[in-house]
Amino acid sequence: MSGTRAKPPDPRRAGRPVADGRPHAVPDGPRTAGRRAVVIAVHTAAAALACWSLGRTLWAGLDRPGIALAFGVLIAVGELASCGPAPATGPGRAPEDRTAAPLGAAGALAYALLGEAGGRPTTHGVPQTVAVVLAAALIGVVPQVARGRGTAPDRLARRVLTTGFAATCFQPLYNTGTLGSWVANGPAYPFFLIGLLALTTLCDAVLAATLAHARTGWPYCPLLRDELRALPGIGTAVCATGVVIALATAVAGLWALPVFCLPLLLTQFAFGRFAAVRGTYRQTIASLARATEIAGYTPHGHARRVAALSRAVGRELGLAEPDLDVLEYAALMHDIGQLSLLDPVPDGATAPLPPAEQRRIALLGGAVVRQTGVPAEVAMIVERQADPYPDQPVTARIVRTVNAYDDLAGGAGGPGGRLRALERLRLATAQDHEPRVVEALARVLARGGREV
Amino acid sequence: MRELPAAARGYIGGTALAAALCTAWALRLDPGAPWGTALALAALYALGERIPRCPLLGRRLPDRTRSGGATGWTSPLVLAGVFLLPPPLAALAAVPGALLAPVRPRAATARRIWHAAEQALACGAAAAAFRALGHPDLATPRFPLLLLPALAAATLYCAVLAALDGGILIAAERHPVRTAWRGLLSRGQARYLVHGLAGLMMAVLWRSSYGPPAALLVLLPMCLSCWVFDRCHRERAAHQATIRALVQAVDIKDRYTRGHGERVGRASVMIARELGMAEDRTEALRFAGILHDVGKLGVPTRLLRKDGPLTPEERRVIELHPEYGHEIVRGIGFLGEARAAILHHHERLDGRGYPYGLRGHQIPEFARVVAVADAFDAMTSTRSYRRARPVPVAVAELRKCAGTQFDPRMVRALAASLHRYGWDPDLVTAADDGPGATRSGNVTPERVAGRAGEAGGAAGPAPDGRGDRPAGTVPEPVPGTAGSTRWGGGPR
Repeated sequence: MSGTRAKPPDPRRAGRPVADGRPHAVPDGPRTAGRRAVVIAVHTAAAALACWSLGRTLWAGLDRPGIALAFGVLIAVGELASCGPAPATGPGRAPEDRTAAPLGAAGALAYALLGEAGGRPTTHGVPQTVAVVLAAALIGVVPQVARGRGTAPDRLARRVLTTGFAATCFQPLYNTGTLGSWVANGPAYPFFLIGLLALTTLCDAVLAATLAHARTGWPYCPLLRDELRALPGIGTAVCATGVVIALATAVAGLWALPVFCLPLLLTQFAFGRFAAVRGTYRQTIASLARATEIAGYTPHGHARRVAALSRAVGRELGLAEPDLDVLEYAALMHDIGQLSLLDPVPDGATAPLPPAEQRRIALLGGAVVRQTGVPAEVAMIVERQADPYPDQPVTARIVRTVNAYDDLAGGAGGPGGRLRALERLRLATAQDHEPRVVEALARVLARGGREV
Repeated sequence: MRELPAAARGYIGGTALAAALCTAWALRLDPGAPWGTALALAALYALGERIPRCPLLGRRLPDRTRSGGATGWTSPLVLAGVFLLPPPLAALAAVPGALLAPVRPRAATARRIWHAAEQALACGAAAAAFRALGHPDLATPRFPLLLLPALAAATLYCAVLAALDGGILIAAERHPVRTAWRGLLSRGQARYLVHGLAGLMMAVLWRSSYGPPAALLVLLPMCLSCWVFDRCHRERAAHQATIRALVQAVDIKDRYTRGHGERVGRASVMIARELGMAEDRTEALRFAGILHDVGKLGVPTRLLRKDGPLTPEERRVIELHPEYGHEIVRGIGFLGEARAAILHHHERLDGRGYPYGLRGHQIPEFARVVAVADAFDAMTSTRSYRRARPVPVAVAELRKCAGTQFDPRMVRALAASLHRYGWDPDLVTAADDGPGATRSGNVTPERVAGRAGEAGGAAGPAPDGRGDRPAGTVPEPVPGTAGSTRWGGGPR
């Protein structure tokens, strides 16, 4: 027994990323072509708007250059402080993308909605707004490019388009004096701005979901739902900040920018730290999950495969992003309980064990998982692995089915092994596996076992 | 109120009386005083304190920490009151919210009264300072000038709260006078300055033509910021728990090593502090110590729990644990240097250690530290086959092996640190006999295997054959130390 485990881990396997078990999007088939057309269309629209704005601004010259400079600096600082998406957040994390630069976003919206500054009306139009925002955002991403992180062209396109939208809704109304005749500078004015920004962020959410769908091919509705669900939190704060900056600049002049942006920089800093802590946390969880592999209880890469496939199946079934995170953690750690076994189960497959033993392993695993500080749902999923599926929550069903599939298909599998494994899962839908989950798994596998 | 010491009751009573006098001044204000604004702010503050869940995020708002003023996202509201209202009204406006804020259940009434009193005093003092420093007109703000009184008022608010908090720590919780104020001011200062700026913005917008609705928008990002900080804090705690869970996963397999990792981590920190390492490296070293034996996860349970002598083949398997450990923690980026320590903590200075037989300064510094800490804890913990050795004996043994097995610098540092801060062996090895604490006994691979390891050759040089070796060249079961991680006087 010890002979099989005496082999030290091969350091050459080390290059593979561990924390990020999710597979990347790969293009295939005609649907991809259609989706790529969407991306190109969005980028073209953004580029056209940007070129037109830059051209007009260069032609006409800057209006109130001091204000333009101040807002430009604000947006650039916001982008600089964001340092791009956190390294540990992989390609599948569209909702967190938005939080990358809340100050930059708020500054851009504020410039689009700026009516007067220090009591004097401004006259910058739509082209100048877009041009300033674009220039500042470009300056802001320079260090990221220099560090080799690459740019996020989608984010830039979204920034340009949403700013253009907000400015188009506001500036002509204001500059022609129509707005003044509607709401004057009274208490109704902030509400008008809020309504306008709500509309803008709604459009932005739809745009973001469309782009994410086009990039990854995940079902559109859950993506849009994730985007909309994230709106009340960070979205409202960004809108409120934009409105406050616009109003405060109107009252107090440009001094309002540093005074109010210090608190916001703090928020942004907190977001950055949060992302970093989350990243390390994921790495540690993944390492804990690999302990069973190194201990020889489960085949190499099992936990990572189950996590990636569970996430894909969960997405297929329309789970929201927080549930997917819980699902992923649970899938990573579902075999922890096996560490208590004196001798490893052959190939780590718990399915052939007697139910009482399976339940014991599951409960022990849950006990370890409870120590880790992950949400209690994760421990619950691990604990209930051995229950019949009608008693399980849907996340536990997914982990159970995917785990059984990986055990049956024996990792490498091959087409024959996969089909046989699926067939056996289908036969077990009476008690162990939910038919809906098995079918979702089949659909995911038919696409090549990827989230795409 | 009854369970509080008399000094605390007197202190709270005195503060409450002062606050009452301060607010009673409001009755003598002229009729044009902004009572409406005060009422609105008081109501908003009270409402903010009573909202347990954030309406936008649908999640729990951060709990209020300790005593002290409006700690969370509501403090810009209080500070806006300071800027907008005359001192007595500013004090009054803070009272309802402070009274209604959730407090810990023990001595709840006293806590509520205390919070309200200190809030009222701090707000009154800050408002008085704001007016004394020029009383700027908020309706037509002149900006760089306005910042000075505003920041001064925020600083005073924070200072009054810190001073009063230090007093209550002495009176109610019997903190020593020397340390009561430590960190109180510096902790709150930056936050209240930032919240002061937000409060100033609120006040300016409140007085502008856009009115109070615009001012309330300022609270939204503050609320979000507090929530994110809180999440950050929780996530970090969860992460620490996960690291410990890695160690506990080892405990599932090998029940006799409980607490060993934690103690080695602390001993490593003692050495690091003595050597004057930077704070982040010290922290990494703590993790290196905690996790140094995590590779035992890769060793079959049957082998770890085996009673009786080990064959050379089995020894070789056990000696793989540093490599398994390295393999497990490889993906954890933040561990940095600690990963090398986990791989090399069984190397010896003379090159006869494993896995690679590195010698001298080829061995990473962290690994040399952890090796000494590991051996020290192994010697000072009680084994079933022998009692824990006293600290001086263990240190003497370490000194004897310094130069061949251990880095003399690390041994000196540990000895110096032990001399300075002491070490209570009873506490360290306080046996909490878990299951099997008695049956373990006899498995001391180093004792049984002796020179066999060296004869085996392939496993690399193993123990130096001294009957009772100090260092664990092989993972050693430490029986019966479950759960006792309290230490004598470690450095803080």
